Amino acid sequence: MANINLASEGGVVNSAPQSDSHEFDASKTRTQSQLVLRRFLRHRLAMVSLGVFIFLVLFAFLGPFIWTYDYEDVTSKSYQPMSGIHPLGTTQVGKDMLALLMRGTGYSLQIALIVAALATAIGVIFGALAGYLRGFVDTALMRLVDLLLIIPQIAVAAIVVKGFSGSWYVVALVLAAFAWMQIARITRGETLSLAQREFIEAARACGASTSRIIFKHLVPNMIGSITVNATLAIASAVLTEAALSFLGLGVQPPDTSLGVIVLENYGQFMNRPWLFWGPFIVLVSLSLAVNFIGDGLRDAFDPRQTKVRA
Amino acid sequence: MIRYIIRRLLISIPILLIGSFACYVLVATAGNPLAEMRFRPGVTEADIKAAEISLGLDKPVIVRYWNWLTDFVSGDWGQSIALGQAKTAVFPAVTDALWTTGRLVIGAELLALTLGVSVGVLAAVRQYSIFDYLATSTAFLMFSMPIFCVAVIVKNYGIQFNNVLESMGLDRWLTTAGPRPGGFSGSFGEVIFKYTGTFLLPTLALMLISFAAYSRFERASMLEILHSDFVRTARAKGISQGRVIFKHAFRNALIPVATLFSLNFGAVLSGAIITETVFGWSGMGTLLVNSVRQFDPPMLMGWLAVTATLIVLFNLFADIVYGVLDPRIRLG
Repeated sequence: MANINLASEGGVVNSAPQSDSHEFDASKTRTQSQLVLRRFLRHRLAMVSLGVFIFLVLFAFLGPFIWTYDYEDVTSKSYQPMSGIHPLGTTQVGKDMLALLMRGTGYSLQIALIVAALATAIGVIFGALAGYLRGFVDTALMRLVDLLLIIPQIAVAAIVVKGFSGSWYVVALVLAAFAWMQIARITRGETLSLAQREFIEAARACGASTSRIIFKHLVPNMIGSITVNATLAIASAVLTEAALSFLGLGVQPPDTSLGVIVLENYGQFMNRPWLFWGPFIVLVSLSLAVNFIGDGLRDAFDPRQTKVRA
Repeated sequence: MIRYIIRRLLISIPILLIGSFACYVLVATAGNPLAEMRFRPGVTEADIKAAEISLGLDKPVIVRYWNWLTDFVSGDWGQSIALGQAKTAVFPAVTDALWTTGRLVIGAELLALTLGVSVGVLAAVRQYSIFDYLATSTAFLMFSMPIFCVAVIVKNYGIQFNNVLESMGLDRWLTTAGPRPGGFSGSFGEVIFKYTGTFLLPTLALMLISFAAYSRFERASMLEILHSDFVRTARAKGISQGRVIFKHAFRNALIPVATLFSLNFGAVLSGAIITETVFGWSGMGTLLVNSVRQFDPPMLMGWLAVTATLIVLFNLFADIVYGVLDPRIRLG
């Protein structure tokens, strides 16, 4: 995003004259993580997005305690228009849309965060093992990646959800099982080049175990791309979960999610548009915010990349 | 080249075998196709036993898989065992659905590639222009959009174009139902009219999503190459701007897009499934959703086998294109 880069560059240029000497002194004592954090905090779009994300988290998890209606409450009034009592109207069975949205956002967030955490953990461990141990382990793990890439995720997820249960955590587990390959490939690539470096050789010469080398030496050196890809995994998990639930093959009622809410209400697009646009705006702002945060993190971890990037 | 293709095809056979076995085990453990039969009145335990034996469900999974595999390879894909449409042959059902979805996917992908690549190149050449900002922010927005929402919006607003046509005294053109199974009838002009009217909106919806990814990738790789040393050298030699862009930069910038194109196939397929569902087409999407809902193992296995094979073939095709685009990559 060119405009983001321009904004962040502008920010640096503006602040440079006042804090020139200060910056010079400070840069001596600053650690890598402080530098990254500083760059991230100066990334305006990422900060705005972080604000939106935090707002959505509060909306989903604190909102239900404040709002008068519960997502399970069925009022007698079907398809109420937007009003002070029901700011986003009610659905066909008379559920308050705002309460539903809070609950749906909560489930979507929970699923996305679990998927991203699991996918990152599996991806990093498998990728680092494959890249560090090479040989048989590498071949076996990469063939597993190839295998999972040819099986359509949407079908497998649908079959598992149908066969076992439509609870939100089952959906999260299935999605995670198909989300780690990208991170594994990236981690493997970085490990392959890092493993050739002297410090890894030195660690091995000192007798460090494989797990120590991976977690103490390799992972901290890849933390940038791991964080960025974990963030992007959240964004894609939000969309995948919503798509699966939209097909009726993901989260099953009485559980709800943003995809389920859209599925139940998109037929009212022309007559009661607010029932569609409400969940739509939450879904898009969630995925946009997470994507922008990922972008900001990428800029913060690797400022050289900012010039040339999509 | 031919040796490479043959070797790649041979490598994909064991992958497909293991994949199909994994799918078979999954489908076999995920549910019992006779579960609903138990709830029907007048069904005795003996009836269920008989049905189990006739479907071969009393045998161990590995034996059933072997039977399925040998039948599948010899062209007998089995019959549906779902209650509603028992005995429907799997092969025509899957190929019909694939024909419907395939036309949608091919059209949308071709359009998305052409448009995405051209917009990406233009945005990179005119970096930081208004066009670039518009293109990049649209692409970023589309990239974060759930495809079913795009489809719903395109469908509902697009169909109103018919009212515009009617007010101008013309026929209604766009339809949101799927193509008729028997094909379109009428004169050549009428066929074109109906065909475009049927395909336009879903193709547009599916295209918008892929377009975002292609234009983002093309812009990024084009920018990287325009800043590289060999392009500067080419410029320094006095080669014209157009020649530098098309002969030197463009061809190199296509390579990452080719990778994306091949890896994207699974995502495009699920996009097509969702688009179809919104538009109510009876393609691969409806087939999958119905087979899962009614729990129909033979149909599911046919569906999975066809899509997995297609993805494998597609990856191979992309690798060949890769080799054509980049002579540094020697296939063989």
